[in-house]
Amino acid sequence: MRTFTSHDILFLLQAARWTLALSLLAFVGGGLGGAILAVGRISRVRALRSLASLYIQVVQGTPLLIQLFIWYFGISLLGADLSPIVAAAIALTLYSSAFFAEIWRGAIQSIAKGQWESASSLGLTRFETLWYVILPQSLRPALPPTVGFMVQIVKNTSLAALVGFVELARAGQLVNNITFQPLPVFACVAVIYFAICFPLSALSRWLERRTHGHRQLVRGT
Amino acid sequence: MSYTFQFGEVLRYWPLLVQGAINTLVFSVIAMVAGLAIGVVGASCRISSSRVLRAIAGAYVEVVRNTPLLVQLFLFYFGLPALGLRLSTSQAAILALTFNTGAYSTEIVRAGIESIHRSQIEASTSLGISRLQTFLHVVLPQGLERVYPALASQFVLMMLASSVVSAIGAEELTAYGNRIQSENFRAMEVFFVCAAVYLGLTYLMRVLLAAVAYVAFPRRRALGSV
Amino acid sequence: MAIVNLSGVRKSYGALTVLRDVSLAVERGAVVALVGRSGSGKSTLLRCINGLEPIDGGEVVVDGRRVEQNEASLRQLRQEIGIVFQSYNLFPHLTVERNVTLALSLVKKMSAQEGRAVAEKVLSQVGLREKMAAYPEQLSGGQQQRVAIARSLAMQPKLMLFDEVTSALDPELKEEVLKVMEGLAREGMTMILVTHEMDFARRVADQVVFMHQGRIHEQGPPSRLFAEPETPEFRQFIASTLN
Repeated sequence: MRTFTSHDILFLLQAARWTLALSLLAFVGGGLGGAILAVGRISRVRALRSLASLYIQVVQGTPLLIQLFIWYFGISLLGADLSPIVAAAIALTLYSSAFFAEIWRGAIQSIAKGQWESASSLGLTRFETLWYVILPQSLRPALPPTVGFMVQIVKNTSLAALVGFVELARAGQLVNNITFQPLPVFACVAVIYFAICFPLSALSRWLERRTHGHRQLVRGT
Repeated sequence: MSYTFQFGEVLRYWPLLVQGAINTLVFSVIAMVAGLAIGVVGASCRISSSRVLRAIAGAYVEVVRNTPLLVQLFLFYFGLPALGLRLSTSQAAILALTFNTGAYSTEIVRAGIESIHRSQIEASTSLGISRLQTFLHVVLPQGLERVYPALASQFVLMMLASSVVSAIGAEELTAYGNRIQSENFRAMEVFFVCAAVYLGLTYLMRVLLAAVAYVAFPRRRALGSV
Repeated sequence: MAIVNLSGVRKSYGALTVLRDVSLAVERGAVVALVGRSGSGKSTLLRCINGLEPIDGGEVVVDGRRVEQNEASLRQLRQEIGIVFQSYNLFPHLTVERNVTLALSLVKKMSAQEGRAVAEKVLSQVGLREKMAAYPEQLSGGQQQRVAIARSLAMQPKLMLFDEVTSALDPELKEEVLKVMEGLAREGMTMILVTHEMDFARRVADQVVFMHQGRIHEQGPPSRLFAEPETPEFRQFIASTLN
């Protein structure tokens, strides 16, 4: 047993890089998946719509932690051994994609129907309408909640600690196991998370005020 | 891929799974009720004329929203004993979930309260009704009704997120799932079954929350909009 | 003795002065119509009487008591003064009955039974007894405004204020509200109303007060005032309301 020192803080900061890396992976992967799902949700093919919708319902209706356990513990039984970071990246990607899909579908559907009608009456195909007319307009309403969900992603990466991946939360546990000073250790961990998340929250809020002139309701844990 | 699923290996633990689901639901309902109460108080602070109260409530909301639930849980479970307050795993779990839900509820309830037009307050106080009574009988019920959908989806999110309290060994569905898979080495099946149970809990919560709305908001019932 | 006494009332919003040195006395049982263009300060004046607008100078005395901006005295005062607003301001989450009985139970500490009896009485008075169980949005605008009047009447006020209560209503719905108000006047209720209904003011009011640029520009009984307006502003105003 020893005291909590600046070395430990350095260790936590280094671990925070993995939190950032994992967040970035989940953001990029979730973004791609979310885009595909969002298109599926507004597709004219009924089967695609239902499939995307089913996926979203299941992912949003079950805990991220359970999804992570399935990838980490479950898949290894099938013979493919996933390292904690790969399992975490997959789970976070699949989880985030469902949320991004819903955020972006909402933004796309917030664009007035008249835009679809006038574009198609000019002879644009459905895809051209989406790409040249609808998407550029939905960017503005989509941006604030997208940034807002990035805060959720950063916080969600802490679950990777529970499959043993040494990111910020797990590093905190390790330091605590040595120092037995939970209060300063976890307070320090919280401060680092706060330092990452707060600017994103503030940015999201600023964007919201600029887009809507008011704040929208944030939900999360 | 020669894995054969053996769900029987999991289902024979059904009493444990049922107990786990019940515990998850109990944790969530307590955190929901207490969190909503905090939300109402917090929202009142956020709109109060006292700068100090506004700052405290604002800081609370920001701290919770910008740190992971898992870290909040660790602070309560490992940190509080350092201050001489020893909590059981369940107590720490409920405390962390309540603390977390309270912050999100604060912002949601505040939005609801702020959406109620000033003229409602004028009409009420013009009848000699006090400011506190006006808040409780005129502003708050309407505000809650307006943001109820947001509150309900927040509560479902919280129920699902409550699985992280298994990290300190709090006895709920995920913790029991972990226990079962450490006995039967059937992680895949165990967590699939857990996922299915959570999915069921999600629908159950939605039904319960809709039932609460039905009772709590007679106007919407009368107008057929529930 | 006058039930309402305003003396030297001043009020401004920042640089904008809305009331300049207004003095007015209203006798018990009188019906006073405040008329004037929008922005002339008549609604503000009305709202000063029950303390909804704090004043910057002068004094408002109602029923022998000075109107002060502290909660306890305002609560006391407002039990004596009913006010009806342009936009009805019913409580949308409560039934018509509960709209009427809320203040009865919270302020007058009446039992549910007593409250219900009062609600039945005042709602009958405005012809809406059968709507007790309805919610405001199930009613027409005219009906909602009549419920708002009943809600105020239930408190047995000594004075009723009406702030452009028919302005938001379609012409055919105005009549039903004006009829209720006329009935109240006949029964001897003291009423101060801000209105654009010149015919109503002419017929029902004992005194018409013409406001212009935050001042009382001209006042007197409607028979004289409308027949021989003294100032060019009032003459112009009357002409503008004719069409």
